[in-house]
Amino acid sequence: MLLQAALAPFSITGRLVIGVCAIVGALALFVGRALFACVTPRWHGGQIVRQAFSIGFLSLPVVGLTAVFTGAALALNIYTGGGRFNAEQIVPQIVALGITRELAPVLVALMLSGRVATTIAAEIGAMRATEQIDAMRTLSTEPFRFLVAPRVLAGVATLPLLTGVADVVGIAGGWAVSTWSLGFSSEAYTRSTVAFLEAWDVQSGLIKAAVFGFIVTAMGAFHGYRASGGARGVGHAATQAMVWSGVLIFATDYLMTSGFTEA
Amino acid sequence: MSAPELEWRSVRKQLGGRAVLDGLDLALEAGRSLVIIGGSGQGKSVTLKLALGFMRPDTGTVLFRGQPLPGLFRRRQAALYRQSGVLFQGSALFDSLKVWEVVAFRLLHAEGRPRRQARDAAIEALSQVQLGPDVADLYPAELSGGMQKRVGLARAIIGRPRILFFDEPTTGLDPLTAAAINQLITDQVRRLGCSALTITHDLVSARTIADDIALLDGGRIAWRGDRTQLDTADDTRVRAMVEASRAPR
Repeated sequence: MLLQAALAPFSITGRLVIGVCAIVGALALFVGRALFACVTPRWHGGQIVRQAFSIGFLSLPVVGLTAVFTGAALALNIYTGGGRFNAEQIVPQIVALGITRELAPVLVALMLSGRVATTIAAEIGAMRATEQIDAMRTLSTEPFRFLVAPRVLAGVATLPLLTGVADVVGIAGGWAVSTWSLGFSSEAYTRSTVAFLEAWDVQSGLIKAAVFGFIVTAMGAFHGYRASGGARGVGHAATQAMVWSGVLIFATDYLMTSGFTEA
Repeated sequence: MSAPELEWRSVRKQLGGRAVLDGLDLALEAGRSLVIIGGSGQGKSVTLKLALGFMRPDTGTVLFRGQPLPGLFRRRQAALYRQSGVLFQGSALFDSLKVWEVVAFRLLHAEGRPRRQARDAAIEALSQVQLGPDVADLYPAELSGGMQKRVGLARAIIGRPRILFFDEPTTGLDPLTAAAINQLITDQVRRLGCSALTITHDLVSARTIADDIALLDGGRIAWRGDRTQLDTADDTRVRAMVEASRAPR
């Protein structure tokens, strides 16, 4: 009894480590299979287009609204902060830099982890619960190629495009609030933004977005594919997909930013 | 003598620490319709899932035409899929697709047939299960349970399979609809001249569909005979099932 109690922490730690290893292993296998399905034929073109429309086009309103308000709020904050050391004029430059390098890719990815990763997890989880995935296999169609690869490819392709839109709209939000209420001239604001921005600022954000696109769609598919236990399992899968894609977005954002800064 | 279409040889499978199948030996002969009956939890679904490659046996082998499944790179399993059709218990229709796309799924996505041709084939398969072309452009959720079963059957038969699998084909259906589905299954199996494996606890269904009936109990085949022997079987477990099926509800 005493020995059991003494060993309990080791038992709990061991179970935790095994659990983490199991999920990491399952995720690694899943990602490997997903990547293989993405880069080898046969591709289901119709599915890719359908998913690109769903992930990309239908996300435009939420991405646009997020970007415009973020750009506007950022401008106000920088104006207030800059005012503390008489540097209000740096608003256009910092808004442009903050939006393109960091805020647009991260916020777009986070919005899509709520809108897309959960949808993918719920869709695939419901298909798993109702034997549709098994049915697909018996119809000589590999579910990874039909369900997972199109979503991942669509995510990797559309997130940079959405981020590009968010770059423009976010900077426009900063411009709007700066010219309407902070006393900047439209021409000077635009000139400062264009003169300051470098191609790499935009490119690095778009590279991040492509990686986030993979994370959002792969996490949605991963958790949906593993869903079990009916409606409760599907709900759990959707939640897990959102939580873990969010965590991975922040973690990879730091790693990529760190890499880009050193490069 | 040629090898059976499918054969389970000394198959053992544990789930949750319990031996669901415990040395199962069973064969589906070419051109025969075999129905596996048995109570809940006796391993009927597991038997089917092993053949369809959704599970692997702990020990023993499942053979397709004398060769073990799934084969190198799952090639033999893929060959079985190409030559078979499955009617799932809950129909398992793809709810984001129209009925004709569900029925023609194999033609569209596995064989890459043109949509026009696939649609015509789907409408022909729907007519085989007594559904008109008017349902082709509906979504599965717009259909009744019986119609969904018919669509599932149309999807199973569209590629002219050599083996048909039926997983509890009448579960959840009213007696009239169940009788109609049983008759459709019998007609289609006869028309295609294929082998069929059905798992069910519905003895009415078993009597209609089967050439041969096997009772699965305790993870093994406890009794096997042709359908005419079901009512006269000496086996107490078969007698209990027959009596239970006749008892007023």
